[in-house]
Amino acid sequence: MTDARPGDGPETGGSAERDVPAGAAALQVDEGRHAVTGPDNIIRTEGITKRFGALIVLRGIDIHLGRGEVLGLVGDNGSGKSTLVKILCGFHRQDSGRIFVEEKAVDFHSVKDARACGIETVYQDLALVPALTVYQNLFLNRELTRFGRIGWLRNGEMRKRAREYLSDIKVDIPSVDALVETLSGGQRQAVALARATRQEAAVLLLDEPLAAMGAKESALVIDLVKDLSHNHGVSMIVIDHNYTHLFELCDRLNLLQEGRITLDQRVQDTSIEELTELMVAEYRRRVTAGEKELER
Amino acid sequence: MLPAAPDEEGAAPVPFYAERGPLRRISDAIFRRPETTIFVVCVVLIVYFSIRNTAFYSYTNVVTMAQYTAPIAVIGAGEVMLLDLAEIDLSAGQVYLTAPWIVVLLAQRGVPLGWAIVVSLLCCIGIGLFNGTVVVGLRVPSFVATLGVNYVLAGFVLVASSDITTEMIGTTGKFGQYFGIGNWAEGLWGLGIVLVIWALLKGTRFGLHTTATGGNELGAAEAGVSVRSVKIWCFVIMALVAGFIGIIDAIRIGSLDPAAPGLNEMLSGVSAAVIGGTALTGGKATVLGTLIGAVVLGVLEDGFNLIGISANWFILVEGAVILLAMGINVQLGRVTQLGRFARTST
Repeated sequence: MTDARPGDGPETGGSAERDVPAGAAALQVDEGRHAVTGPDNIIRTEGITKRFGALIVLRGIDIHLGRGEVLGLVGDNGSGKSTLVKILCGFHRQDSGRIFVEEKAVDFHSVKDARACGIETVYQDLALVPALTVYQNLFLNRELTRFGRIGWLRNGEMRKRAREYLSDIKVDIPSVDALVETLSGGQRQAVALARATRQEAAVLLLDEPLAAMGAKESALVIDLVKDLSHNHGVSMIVIDHNYTHLFELCDRLNLLQEGRITLDQRVQDTSIEELTELMVAEYRRRVTAGEKELER
Repeated sequence: MLPAAPDEEGAAPVPFYAERGPLRRISDAIFRRPETTIFVVCVVLIVYFSIRNTAFYSYTNVVTMAQYTAPIAVIGAGEVMLLDLAEIDLSAGQVYLTAPWIVVLLAQRGVPLGWAIVVSLLCCIGIGLFNGTVVVGLRVPSFVATLGVNYVLAGFVLVASSDITTEMIGTTGKFGQYFGIGNWAEGLWGLGIVLVIWALLKGTRFGLHTTATGGNELGAAEAGVSVRSVKIWCFVIMALVAGFIGIIDAIRIGSLDPAAPGLNEMLSGVSAAVIGGTALTGGKATVLGTLIGAVVLGVLEDGFNLIGISANWFILVEGAVILLAMGINVQLGRVTQLGRFARTST
């Protein structure tokens, strides 16, 4: 697995610092405090850009995700977080720039391509089927079958494996035979996470995994995410609007502003205050720019 | 804060899997099943008619009921697959009537019987393919698309037959015995087809994908299920089984009426599915319930005949049974749902 070549290390580290956009200097990016880029990156991007018609969403994104690392993506609505994640999972295609998985250049044309590289996504809408049971959802489209093309389901085996896997990752659900529609939001999210990681996903992309969840529910999901990352070595990129959650979940944070990464810090080197300040500063700058535009 | 203590947080040893005990499982198996209501109704009706008239359980009468029930059960089982997808095929009854017409029309032009049947079934597959493609490709609601196909087929039969009743062919010899004339031929074919659809829907990957597509189409697609081909296949299977049982039925009856309304047969099938516990909204389907539902319709029709109540009453009672069964099913569903929530939220 660890086929990171020694030569890539310094090159990677260099690019992360070199490519900080010029405009970002105004946003007080302290390059000296940038998180160190390890040689063991599972995902790395170089200069990803994306525009939808006249709207430029991403203006050259360089991110890197270490093995077993949890990276949080922060940013205002419309800053390009979701677009970036959708490019990484193969849903959208970048206009330019390159993606490397385990330092090999990849070209995703579909979600399937990304999955083949071990990148799984947990969508906001969860993609679970409420009318099916937990184990059926866990195995959806990856069923264990016999008799070849007939595809006779091996339900007993799937139940057993689902049970084993769920207790392995410490997900507590009444029964693998419970219909998903009878589960709470947190339990559903847990099932969705379990499904994504069951196939030995190396990378998990989570788009607002805690949206619309109560404190108890959030705790359930946060515990699961931590367990997956610490004990199962799954690397993750998490989008969330709740800074408290992100500081609890993540090892490192990237701040996206107007399609650029303006901050890249380990969580212990930054604070909610710093992030808020950066975002407010950005907002003020835009307001003043808008006023000047009006004056003209 | 980070690598600190994921273990201490979950210190209390909570059993991850509290599986249900055997008694609970049995009671669940009985009371949570959507087929339970209709099964009870079925037993009550059979007992009632047996008491009212002993001829009800005579050999010939059971044969008659089997013959009457078979096409309803087959069309109903086919519709269950589509209802599972939250789709419907209104043309199924007309396909059932049209298939034997294609056989006869081909035979009249000198095509051997075997080939005529094969071509007729291929036409059915074509109709299913057309239905599915229009629904999936052109995004026409299945209700509208298949209604159109229903009238096209009805018109085709009227035009091609010049509205003249015709004798069915293939009613003689061993072939006729096996494919319709024999006492149990139609009933066994019907039962066989229903069981195959049941196994397909319950036991196979295809069935699971059908339910998944009906339950959450976007979600299933995101999980990589090819929802479009699943839908098209269901329309194809529906048309194929409807056409096949139509040919068997025509061989048994021996003649073809060009003006027979296909929509009636289709609605009987859908009624059987619905009173059996299948939801019109997708994601909840039971072939077994549909089979029992079809038996209930057969028992009602036959029982009313035997105890000398006018056939006009049958329609009225059929309607009442649908309303009653649906009402009970929905209410039972609510109760069990509440029970489930109560347990999962502890």
